Amino acid sequence: MVNGDKKTGTWTVKVGLAQMLKGGVIMDVVTADQARIAEDAGACAVMALERVPAEIRAAGGVARMADPTKVAEIQAAVSIPVMAKCRIGHIVEAQVLEALGVDYIDESEVLTPADEANHVWKHDYTVPFVCGCRDLGEALRRIGEGAAMIRTKGEAGTGNVVEAVRHARAVLGALRRIGTLDDAELMAEAKRLGAPLQLLQEVRRDGRLPVVNFAAGGIATPADAALMMQVGVDGVFVGSGIFKSEHPARMAGAIVKATTHFRDAAIVAEASRGLGAAMPGLDVHEIPETEQLAVRGW
Amino acid sequence: MLIGILALQGDFAEHRAALAALGVDSRLVRLPNELSAIDGLIIPGGESTTMALLLDRYELREPLRARLAAGLPAWGTCAGMVLLARRLTDARPRPLGIVDMVVSRNAFGRQVDSFETQLSVDGIGEPALHAVFIRAPVVQETGPAVRVLARLPDGRPVAVQQGPHLATAFHPELTADRRLHRRFLATVAQRSTVQSARLATDRSAFPG
Repeated sequence: MVNGDKKTGTWTVKVGLAQMLKGGVIMDVVTADQARIAEDAGACAVMALERVPAEIRAAGGVARMADPTKVAEIQAAVSIPVMAKCRIGHIVEAQVLEALGVDYIDESEVLTPADEANHVWKHDYTVPFVCGCRDLGEALRRIGEGAAMIRTKGEAGTGNVVEAVRHARAVLGALRRIGTLDDAELMAEAKRLGAPLQLLQEVRRDGRLPVVNFAAGGIATPADAALMMQVGVDGVFVGSGIFKSEHPARMAGAIVKATTHFRDAAIVAEASRGLGAAMPGLDVHEIPETEQLAVRGW
Repeated sequence: MLIGILALQGDFAEHRAALAALGVDSRLVRLPNELSAIDGLIIPGGESTTMALLLDRYELREPLRARLAAGLPAWGTCAGMVLLARRLTDARPRPLGIVDMVVSRNAFGRQVDSFETQLSVDGIGEPALHAVFIRAPVVQETGPAVRVLARLPDGRPVAVQQGPHLATAFHPELTADRRLHRRFLATVAQRSTVQSARLATDRSAFPG
């Protein structure tokens, strides 16, 4: 049979991998053992890190891309996709992660930003990127730069879901509102949001973001995960919530179950039984703004 | 006609939208009781490891396997192809063993090797299909009952059919071309007609 050439790194294959992750849970892991626990619990991907956000928050200092040895160990341990984080605006960390063959790069506010004015121009890469956002404008700016997947920022490492809810509602509420605007109003909205007009027109036409939208930042229990799914995201990232809990394997399996069956309260109840202690939580109102991660990036 | 779409994880919503655009009703299947009343099943793209684990954990594997073995039409895309296989070249996950083929997962490498290409597919006519391969599997061996519908230039099969069961390594649900969805629906319709005829015959043979 006659076949054409292969094209790699296209927008369709970048967005497409995120579409394959929908309805799933992406878990932060810092060792190959943790990666295997996550995979066995039903994670649809893992995020390879040196330290989980709760540890980064506690340690302070500059948080950077993980050691390539660590990333390679985790890649060798599992067959599900492996993601890794680069610093905001760190185009070389992004190049290194691409060279390592990670499946997705998270340009993440959890690490210390390398450029306070610019994010990575993500269209230049073959590997796809996921980026955090607090509202629709931020989401569309990142998509404009080439992010093929969006997640809420939430407030990572707190075990407190309140910021993830705030950010998801901001994005999804704005999407609903955009649908009611006429052409002239849409330009005014583009100015107000600081979002590219063309993407806003696309969003109004389709009634949704042009890429997959996950929740992240503070999800610590099965009920938190189901909450985010009911608010309307496509899947969840769980960072410190699993390996900072008392029984990580049990917690991981329970969060997966609650994410699949997010509308079935009986199953979420069953999944929530006997999990031991969730990770210790932090009240975000007590975190000084200089220590909040969500305000990093724009 | 009601099509079930396995919705444990993956791009089940994209298949649902494709069916809706063709005016076909669908139901998301996450629990064993949701398998009842469906005339065909789509196993979507996603992570095959995750889906296989969840099939066991939610006690779907056996009822699903039994219905497929009894002839329920099914179509697996990407992870769905992996799950329909008789055997995988990896030790894990455990497939359903429905189509007589050996499948390799992630056969092209990592995400940076995911690609789009043009593919000639038997039975859907011209032009060639625009096919999206994402961390895609490939068929390594096929049994005598399996018909290969499409191959890559290197000869490896990426679309196969065995009776009412169709499997593609790529994702027709990610493009606007609905020819493979139509083809699958035709198989379902044909099967339902055959079964209703058989039921009618059984009833006339054993009245009352």
